[in-house]
This record gives sequence, C-alpha cells and structure tokens, in this order.
Amino acid sequence: MAASNGSTNGDFRVIGTRPIRHDGVDKVTGQALYGADYSMPGMLHGKVLRSPHAHALIKSINIERARKHPGVYAVITGADLPEVKGVMAQVGELVVNTHYLSLNVMAREKVLYDGHPVAAVAATSKHVAEEALELIDVDYELLPPVMTAEEAMKADAPILLPELRSRFIVDRTDPGSPEGPDRPTNIATHIQFERGDLEAGFQAADFVVEREYTTATVHQGYIEPQNALAVYSVDGHVTIYCSTQGSFNVRTLTASMLGLAEGMIRVVPAEIGGGFGGKTTIYLEPLAVLLSKKSGRPVKFTMSRGEVMRATGPTSGTKIRVRIGATREGKITAAKVWMAYEAGAFPGSPFAPGAMTTLGPYNVENLKIDSFDVVVNRPKVAAYRAPGSPASAFACETVLDELAEKCGIDPLQLRLRNASHEGTPQPAGPPFKKIGYIETVEAIKNSAHYRSELTGKYRGRGVASGFWFNGGLQSSATVNIHTDGTVSVVTGSVDIGGSRAAMAMVAAEVLGLNAGDVRPLVADTDASGHTDVTGGSRIALATGLAVYEAAQDALSQLKERVAKLWEKPTSDVGFKGRVFIAPDGKQMPLKELASRLARTGGPVAGRATVNAGAVGAVGNAFATVCVDVEVDPDTGKVQILRATIAQDAGRAIHPSYVEGQMQGGLAQGIGWALNEEYVYDSKGVLRNTGLLDYRMPTCLDLPPLEAIIVEVPNPNHPLGVRGVGEVSIVPPMAAVANAIYHATGVRMTELPMSPPRLLKEIMRKRGDSVETQAAAAD
Amino acid sequence: MATIVIPAQLRKLTGGLDRVKASGRTIGRLIDDLERQFPGIGDQLLQDGDVKPSIAVSVDGEMGTGGVLEPVGEDSEVFFLPALGGG
Repeated sequence: MAASNGSTNGDFRVIGTRPIRHDGVDKVTGQALYGADYSMPGMLHGKVLRSPHAHALIKSINIERARKHPGVYAVITGADLPEVKGVMAQVGELVVNTHYLSLNVMAREKVLYDGHPVAAVAATSKHVAEEALELIDVDYELLPPVMTAEEAMKADAPILLPELRSRFIVDRTDPGSPEGPDRPTNIATHIQFERGDLEAGFQAADFVVEREYTTATVHQGYIEPQNALAVYSVDGHVTIYCSTQGSFNVRTLTASMLGLAEGMIRVVPAEIGGGFGGKTTIYLEPLAVLLSKKSGRPVKFTMSRGEVMRATGPTSGTKIRVRIGATREGKITAAKVWMAYEAGAFPGSPFAPGAMTTLGPYNVENLKIDSFDVVVNRPKVAAYRAPGSPASAFACETVLDELAEKCGIDPLQLRLRNASHEGTPQPAGPPFKKIGYIETVEAIKNSAHYRSELTGKYRGRGVASGFWFNGGLQSSATVNIHTDGTVSVVTGSVDIGGSRAAMAMVAAEVLGLNAGDVRPLVADTDASGHTDVTGGSRIALATGLAVYEAAQDALSQLKERVAKLWEKPTSDVGFKGRVFIAPDGKQMPLKELASRLARTGGPVAGRATVNAGAVGAVGNAFATVCVDVEVDPDTGKVQILRATIAQDAGRAIHPSYVEGQMQGGLAQGIGWALNEEYVYDSKGVLRNTGLLDYRMPTCLDLPPLEAIIVEVPNPNHPLGVRGVGEVSIVPPMAAVANAIYHATGVRMTELPMSPPRLLKEIMRKRGDSVETQAAAAD
Repeated sequence: MATIVIPAQLRKLTGGLDRVKASGRTIGRLIDDLERQFPGIGDQLLQDGDVKPSIAVSVDGEMGTGGVLEPVGEDSEVFFLPALGGG
C-alpha cells in the first residue's frame, strides 16, 4: 500500500495517470517467457564446476573421466577460452577490464573465490551434467585467503593479483615520486576529492564527530537466477537467449570474451525476474556458446540459488571513516571521509561513485574524500542499485544525526541548513543543475508520519537523505502507426521496472492516444537500434526521450500526410486530442488517417536515437527517509513500525511504478540495514548460500511503506522526468541506525544491525559482562 | 581560455595547482595544450587517442559524451572525473 501526495499531471493527459500495465496479464497467467522457460530440440544442459576454495593455484585439471561419461557431449576448461588482452572498455555504462572479466568467467591458473568457475559440462540432462562434474579432477595448491579490505590493505597481506603494483597507486597519487617500494598490492585504485581548507574548517567547528563504519557484502536478491541458452549455428552465427538488463552488453562482452565479431551474435532478452544491477554483466553466456560450438547442439545453463550467491556479483563490503565538524548552529564546517570498497576478486568496486555521492545533499566548503578499490577473495562485485552510495551515506548520515543532537537541533533542520541546491558544487566538483533535494526534506518534515508523535519505550525515529545520479547514455526507439490507428513502440530496453507502460504512455501522450492503444515491445539486438543497459535510473528518462522524439517524428510525418490529403501546407495542420485540425475547421481523426496511409505514401514509422549524456548528465535524484522502530532489548530484534520515503521524480510518468521503485529500494535498504550479509568461514567459504540463511525481508517484516512523490521537473528533459530507480536505497540504512539510537541510546556503526550484533551493543551499554556479551553475539 | 580543474591525483604534474588554464576548442585540443604545459598529463587522460573509458568529462556542469571531440567554450570550466555506472 502506498500513500502519495499524488503527482500532478498538469497539462498532460496520459503522463501522471495509472493505467494497467501492458505486460501484466502475461505475467500473472504464466505466459511470459523467462530464460529458464526456453527449450529447443536436441538441447543440452550445462553445469559449471566451481572452486571449493577461496584462494588456490590450479596445479592441474583432468577432464577425461567426465568427457567419457555417458550423456556428456562437451567439457571445457579455461584452456578453451582465448586469452583476452587487458584493456579497459566502455560497454554502456560499464567500464570493463576485459582480461579480468575473462578470468572471472573461467579461472585459468588461479581461483580467487569460493565458487570461481574452473570447468563446464554440457550433457543430456542437468543430472548427467552434475554427475560429470564429480568426475573432473582438479589439483589445487591452497593459498591463504584475504577476506576484507582492511586485511587486504595491510603490507603483509596475501596478494591476489601479482600485476597490481604499489607504484601504480603511487603514480596516481604522486606521479614520478620514488617514494614507497614497488611491491605487489591488493589496492587497485585510489581517488581523492579535495577542496577548501580542511584544517581551518575543523578549527571553526564547535563540535566534531569522528566514527568508523563497517558494512557487509550484500546481494541484490533478485528472485530469478542467471540463465543463458546459446545456439551456435554451423555458419558461425550465434543466438543467445538470456536474462539480462542489457542485451547489447551481453553481445559486446561475449564477443570480446570469445574473439567473435559482434555482428555474428544476436541476443534475445528474455523476460527478467529482477536484476537491480546484478544482471548488467555476463557469467554463463560465453560458456554456453563454447559448449554449443563444441557439441553442435543448443546448450542451456540455469544457475541454482547457491551458484547465484557464491559466484555472481554482490555489492561491496566497506570500511569507512568519517570526521565531520559543525558550528553550534548546525552549519557543517568541514568533512573528511576515508573509504575502502571490497571489489571481490578483480578490480572494479563502486569506490568512485561512493566518493562522488557521499555528502552530495550538502554544501561542504572544506572537504576531503579518499576512496580505495581493494581486491579480496570474494566474488567480483557487480552493480547494485545506486552502487557505492548506500554504504557511504550510512556512514555520513549517521554522523550528521549525532551532530544534530550535539547542536540540539532537529535532524531535518540540520539538513536544510546545509542543503545542496542549484549551483552547489558536488563532492567531485561540478555544480548541481536544478535539483529537488530541499523539497524531499520539506516533504518528510510536513508528512503525517514526521508530524505524528512516537511514544513508548525502546521506540525511536530516524531520518536520513541520499543522492544518486541519473544515467543518460544511448537509446533507440521506433514508433509504428498501424492501419487501425493503434501504435506499437519498439525499444531495446529490457523492462525491469515497468518501462513498457512508461514508454507506451509517452507515445500515447504525444499522439493523443490512450495508453492501451499503444503496444510496447522489447526487441533483440538485431531488431533494435543500439540501446545501452537498463540501469543507472536511465530508462524512463533516456529511452523515454527516444520514444518521445520518435513519436514526435511520427506525428510530423502524419501531419505531412494530412497536408497532402487536404492540399494545404503542412504548417496549416494542427493536432489536438487525437484529431488533426486546420484553421478552416477541417478535422481528421488519427484513426481515419491511419487507414489512408497507403494512399498517401505508405506506412509511417517514427524513429529516434539519442545519446542522452553520460551518467550525471541528465538529472540528479534525491530522497529522504523517515523510519520508526521498536527494539526488543532482550533479543536485539528491530521491528520497523513505520517508514516513509520522499523522492524527487522530476515528473512521474506512471506514479504507481514510481512509488513501486521507491518502496522497493526502501525495502531493500531495510534488509541491508537489519539482516543481510554474506557469512564466510575462516577458510573463505560462503556459509549462507540460500535465501533461508541469507535473510531478506519479507512482507511479514515490513509495514506498509509510504511513498511521497516530489516533482521538481528536470529542466534537461522535455517531460521533466528524472530517473527514479535507485536513490531510494541510499538513505534507509542510516535512517534505521538513527532510529535505533533514538530507541536505545546505542550508535550502531556496523551493518547489518542484526539481533546478535545489536544485543551485544545494548548489553555493553548497560554494563553486562564481557562473557555475556560474547554469548549474545554467538 | 578554459579553466581545468585538476584531479588531486594529477596535481603533482601541475606543480600542485588545482586549477589551470588551457586553450582549445575541443577536449582533445585542450589535453594537447595541457600536455605542452605539464608533460605526462596526456598519458593520464588518454588511451588510444581518446579519453580513457575510466574518465568522464564535465564541461560547464554537463557530462560530455564526445570524448576528445567534446566542444569546449572559451570560458568553460572542465572537470575530469571517474566514469561510473548505476544498477
């Protein structure tokens, strides 16, 4: 259930309404085809042999017994994959080191995490394939694992990738300096943002709060596991059916991994059962293609939940140190933030966006942010909803709560006193364009929730804010006018959050139709113009822009046809509602014109391609969250009593979907705050590989989440749209932590704030013995 | 001339300067001029003749998409930032 202030659709007729989703019937009746539903004659089933060790050298692999097993058609190891040169490649919004991606798809000399693929089999059934995996003999030489960024950054830490050298890090921070020995390191990259006079800023502060935070590795928790079905044709063409957020990404990356031409690969995106960033890269696709080529048959992989947890990319665990100073009046005078993000086995954590977004809601004149990308023996991380921002916001937003308390002012007032607005420099430097941060704080301040009284022992209320970018990038769209006056919209954007409905609504708005008159379609990589990944909060915004322009293109062509029929100049043809009009009162409905297109020049199809700008170009997103909790002081269990989020959507195309994105991010953030974490044993083996032990919140854990849509139109978009998919996950962890403090007096600095962890801190605060605390933590 | 805000990691190449002036109608030409003034900086910003994929360019608050071809105004303010992606 959602409470909304109700977006206003102003002059719009379709935008801002709530039509039934176009793909709803297919999904609730089971007609929608997901990756695991695909099947083909002669199809084989693939399975992956995965490393049981976190860190080891592969001394040898013997596949002979597996190859001879009845029902086995093909077996591959790392030796079957071509060596891929290490270049940084821009693939949509991803910056990918192709060499490391290849090593992640299949290990060569070394395994770097529990679950790292070492071989794969194609057989007549998945059971036969699993039997064959048992027959592959791998001789490992075990190496000590390093599991956290803090451990990995120590000078004597075990080294994962010998080619990472400290001189490269020194070069980045101090080019040409001879300082520091050139030694192997687990630090892949370091960035720094600095402005103002930090020392003077802290001297001007009346209060300074300094804290250290730890956040756990967490998974996106999409319900549908990764899957891929590949068909390698005898003419060398490849077709891949898979669950992905970006079919063009799959094409580019698979081609790169296998040394194929992109044009030889067609990727058909199946219906997708969640991704949240985790399906922007590849795992199974190159293996399926290789096995299909080797066996001469279609090969399908479907991961188990355990494989998803062990070997697909979660998001980084972090260590973050924050120091912020403020005057008595609550004005922030200086901030220093140090962050280390665990990248998993290969470089590429969201350490940069973490640095670029933390404190983004605030105007901080004196600022220094250091952020490190650190490799550890965990699966290589992937994107997860606003990558990097939730962890850094957890740290800074809880320090701000502490400062508000020291200053004796309302925490929302402290935020308003320092709030970013148009012209405020972002943490990385460039100024914000028009943004709606202040409006989200005001919306929470004026909400029924915040104005309500919260009473009762062990109950507390917390607030926090968050900032995230909007992606731009490339999108293509075609708008086809059919002879009965209906319309189809074709894009290459996988529908992961209701974008079919949004695209149909944009076209309907331009063409004066109802949303139901427009059929939205998601095309494969041969049937659509290039379209970057569904991610970065960019689809409603960027693909929506392409659809808007394609619909405008169709409308222009239609006006030309009317002008031809009426023998008038095109400039005399207007369009109102769904009717073409002339100054002399002449009218022609779109439906009538559609039936006469053949006589006026043939079919009409509007087309548009856009490069809506790099991430950050098109708009920025802000959200503020308020949470009420009740803590059980005997168990440490936290019950969420009430939660409200206010978010700037620019213009909500379909308010129900916008609310859904806000509620979804808030729910995930609450799970991240209270329960979710990867639990590894001392050998670096993941112990909670199922959803019973990896504890995501269910509907039984959460109250109705209240969503307040704020609309500060994005001036860079013709419809005022901002991306809404990600920022909702940024504030919840800090809001929950702040609420727990106000309920118990305990400041939590480690995620998740699970019952044993919180109980231990409650016991410490009330002076229980160390032994009792330890027992609680167990 | 445009103003270029130098990332902290590259300031050793500019003698500690965090803002420098450079001329050029495109990012590519601007980097050429930076390289003339501060040898070595071009290698930090370019790969195969274009801006490194790991670097994003902001010109007057707008994130550019044109790489070395991105237009730069006479009084533009230019930032070199880490490229990033969302989920």
